Amino acid sequence: MAWFRRKKAGIQTDRSEQNEVPEGQWVKCPETDEIVNRRELEDNLLVFPSSGYHFGMGSRRYFDFLFDDGAYDLHDTHLYSIDALHFEDRKPYAQRLEKAQEKTGQNEAVSAATGMMGTHRVSIAAMDFSFIGGSMGSVVGEIIARAVKRAYTEEIPLVIISQSGGARMMEGALSLMQMAKTSAHLSRLDDAGLPFFSVLTHPTTGGVTASFAMLGDINIAEPGALIGFAGPRVIRETIGSDLPEGFQRAEFLKDHGFVDLVVDRRRLRQRIVHLLDLIME
Amino acid sequence: MATSSQHLLDFEKPIVELEGKLDEMRALNRDDNLDLAAEIEALEERVDNLRTSIYRNLTRWQRVQIARHPQRPYTLDHIEALTEGFVELHGDRIHGDDRAIIGGLATFKGASYGYRDRTAMIIGHQKGRDTKERKFRRFGMPNPEGYRKALRLMKMAAKFNKPVITLLDTPGAYPGLEAEERGQAEAIARNLLEMARLPVPIVVVVVGEGASGGALGIGVGDRVLMLENAWYSVIAPESCSQILWRSWDYKEDAARALKLTAPDLVEVNVVDEIVPEPIGGAHRNPEATFDATGQAIAHALSTLDDLDPSTLKDERIAKLDRMGAFREESSEVHAEG
Repeated sequence: MAWFRRKKAGIQTDRSEQNEVPEGQWVKCPETDEIVNRRELEDNLLVFPSSGYHFGMGSRRYFDFLFDDGAYDLHDTHLYSIDALHFEDRKPYAQRLEKAQEKTGQNEAVSAATGMMGTHRVSIAAMDFSFIGGSMGSVVGEIIARAVKRAYTEEIPLVIISQSGGARMMEGALSLMQMAKTSAHLSRLDDAGLPFFSVLTHPTTGGVTASFAMLGDINIAEPGALIGFAGPRVIRETIGSDLPEGFQRAEFLKDHGFVDLVVDRRRLRQRIVHLLDLIME
Repeated sequence: MATSSQHLLDFEKPIVELEGKLDEMRALNRDDNLDLAAEIEALEERVDNLRTSIYRNLTRWQRVQIARHPQRPYTLDHIEALTEGFVELHGDRIHGDDRAIIGGLATFKGASYGYRDRTAMIIGHQKGRDTKERKFRRFGMPNPEGYRKALRLMKMAAKFNKPVITLLDTPGAYPGLEAEERGQAEAIARNLLEMARLPVPIVVVVVGEGASGGALGIGVGDRVLMLENAWYSVIAPESCSQILWRSWDYKEDAARALKLTAPDLVEVNVVDEIVPEPIGGAHRNPEATFDATGQAIAHALSTLDDLDPSTLKDERIAKLDRMGAFREESSEVHAEG
């Protein structure tokens, strides 16, 4: 029924738009049409209580529930993108950045923190789709790389929570290189024998999937998350027909051997802590 | 000289028109015994000047067109010119053999370029020239097997202590259903990680199109060289136009905005060295192009000769670390909770 709906302003990502919780006190489940009080939804980690539908969630909320008692140290909050290419499409990149910072109150599309999970000190980076589609430019690449470095320097495990449309076009080849940079530091972490949990949330596509997000020792996807390299629209145009039901969804990725686990957000912390206990004994 | 069988780029038309006149004049000179030597010489000079002025002032979009020229030297042409005894090796040992990425062992003719002959593992994207071959090579757009084959060959190079030379020329990784099922993203990601820590030298040459992760998937190296009229970026200008301008009509603006040419990329340290192309582009004089490419690869390999594996890896990662442009206001850490 979406054919008559006008495309939303901003970066067009087809089905791979993030499913943000709509405004208002009552929230409808997109799958079952049931209604829930917003407060109840928020207390339930933005997972619809009866249907288990996962709404999109930003970095700070992940930190709040993943770290013990919601206590953590934030890092690299003062890194800012610069418009190195003076990129301008219908809008100057500098303006897009300013707007995204205003809207999110954050410096960029990823946040990094350290803190305790169970008995383990961990380095976590979490992305924000609400910041220019969670796209990866120089700053996102740098913050992720530093979070990885922090893990192998302090000899602690790493968790990255991904949600992204891919590399950021407005930084040209520099954003492409962030794929190589982040992956290069993951090779160091791997050499150090430290675990990396990659958590893929809706949606994770393009250059982020094709770099750090697919490189977890353990890849964990949230239920129903769209995960892929090419976007569904592009694939549809390539093959000239509709895509099969469930294509590029978390469960599809698990069936094809690319994620280890599909885990409900409400059990994510518990699963990671358990695996950390097993690995770090 | 351009003939009718050759693919003509729109901005080359004035050159070809003048060349047509030149041909006519030469024919007259021959057939009617008119002495047009002076006129011919003048016209030849005009043709040269015109070509030089057009090629010295190429727009970014024009460079993209040259990079896609159907007569441009492809990976196998480079391999034939720069190496001897190339043995193509096939398959990823998991699913199949991708034809959009080829690779194998050969003797790089370094001695011809002031270095030394040595065995190298050469890997590159391969495009086809006619319709049948293009389809066979999937337009140079690899499936996951291609990246996995490339990685297998790179690990073999490490085992036998041979340098790796990769040649980039792809409009992107193939965006197909089966590519997704078999983990296109994972295949590219794995290569980025493993290439970062490969214990042998890697020299990367962008010879044609360097589109996005599909190019980078075999493009992490110690030295990154780029042919003068190649392009390399996060996305092809057409797709960028479609996404950001919501129309296919802004490819020239997108090419300009993306700053995707060799001179652009040297400026931001993504590329180390530009390999000069003859006036008129690589397809006009492939021999000169191969020669310049061979020189550049030989020089790059010579600078990596004395590095032990751990220094090599440290410097490769440090090089990647320097890539990016940002502003850091302070490094303060503040607690929350």
